[in-house]
Amino acid sequence: MAYGEFFKYLAVMALVTYLIRMIPYVAFRRKITNRFVSSFLYYIPYAVLGAMTFPAIFFSTASLIPAVCGCIVALILAWFERGLLTVAVCASAAAFIFGLFF
Amino acid sequence: MNETKNGLRDGIPICLGYFSVAFAFGIFCVNSGLSPLQATLISMTNVTSAGQLAAIPIMTNGGTFIELALAQLVINLRYALMSISISQRLDNTMTTPHRLLVSFMNTDEIFAVASGHGSSVGTRYMYGLILTPFIGWSLGTLVGAVAGNILPAAMSDALGIAIYGMFIAIIIPVAKKNMVVLKVILTAVILSCLFAFVPGLNKVSSGFVIIICAVVSAALFAVIAPVEEK
Repeated sequence: MAYGEFFKYLAVMALVTYLIRMIPYVAFRRKITNRFVSSFLYYIPYAVLGAMTFPAIFFSTASLIPAVCGCIVALILAWFERGLLTVAVCASAAAFIFGLFF
Repeated sequence: MNETKNGLRDGIPICLGYFSVAFAFGIFCVNSGLSPLQATLISMTNVTSAGQLAAIPIMTNGGTFIELALAQLVINLRYALMSISISQRLDNTMTTPHRLLVSFMNTDEIFAVASGHGSSVGTRYMYGLILTPFIGWSLGTLVGAVAGNILPAAMSDALGIAIYGMFIAIIIPVAKKNMVVLKVILTAVILSCLFAFVPGLNKVSSGFVIIICAVVSAALFAVIAPVEEK
């Protein structure tokens, strides 16, 4: 990707991400009491991660079957509450092993 | 000095986790057509796995700045909530200049660990805590982006799934215990699948798809099943 264009995108994303973190850190001193707003903020990370993961995970490797196998392994390990690193590595390992055959 | 040491000690596991996820992000970047330097600059200036991952297709497909800014706003909105929460527990060593610096590294994991650190948090602890995760995240991206060009295709392909594996590891344990969170996730997933496969809808670009799915699902359940007051 050309650097001129890249730096414009980089500036936009870095600035937005920093302001979201910085403004409440510096300015906020009281609790949010609005029930809708606090519920919305509580649910949003799960909705974001769900929408980002599915169906994209099925296209994250060269073919479908290794991705499906990696996904199943990740779901099972996550169900048993293994750490982030364990789940990520085992999903990759499963995708790699099945990728050799399919 | 002791608090700096405590912070450094608590940061090490985060650093290791970040290194491996950033490694996968680096591979993802070079597979998408970015250079290793570009991938590393993104990691050093953003430090947000989901936000960075969503940004890559927007950037490489020539998406608008508005789309990129909105996508980052929605995906990273959770940090605002975490910043509000942690800002109330900072002690008086945490003056405004320190807050301006430390807030840059307010990630999910830093927030979680800092929240578990006693009743108040000071500058020494926070700087110790954020140092190694920042290095792990940046260095992991660089190593992944460079190795992505060297590793056999079968291996770098398989590592493409790692970040999604981490996302699953974050959401499933909570969904298991909280039925509403499960419904929030399923609603977002169904919407996201509609946008991926239904003709017409699949023309909508990736950043807007995430925004629409997440906002609709979270707002719907914030209305019909708000979180119980504590």
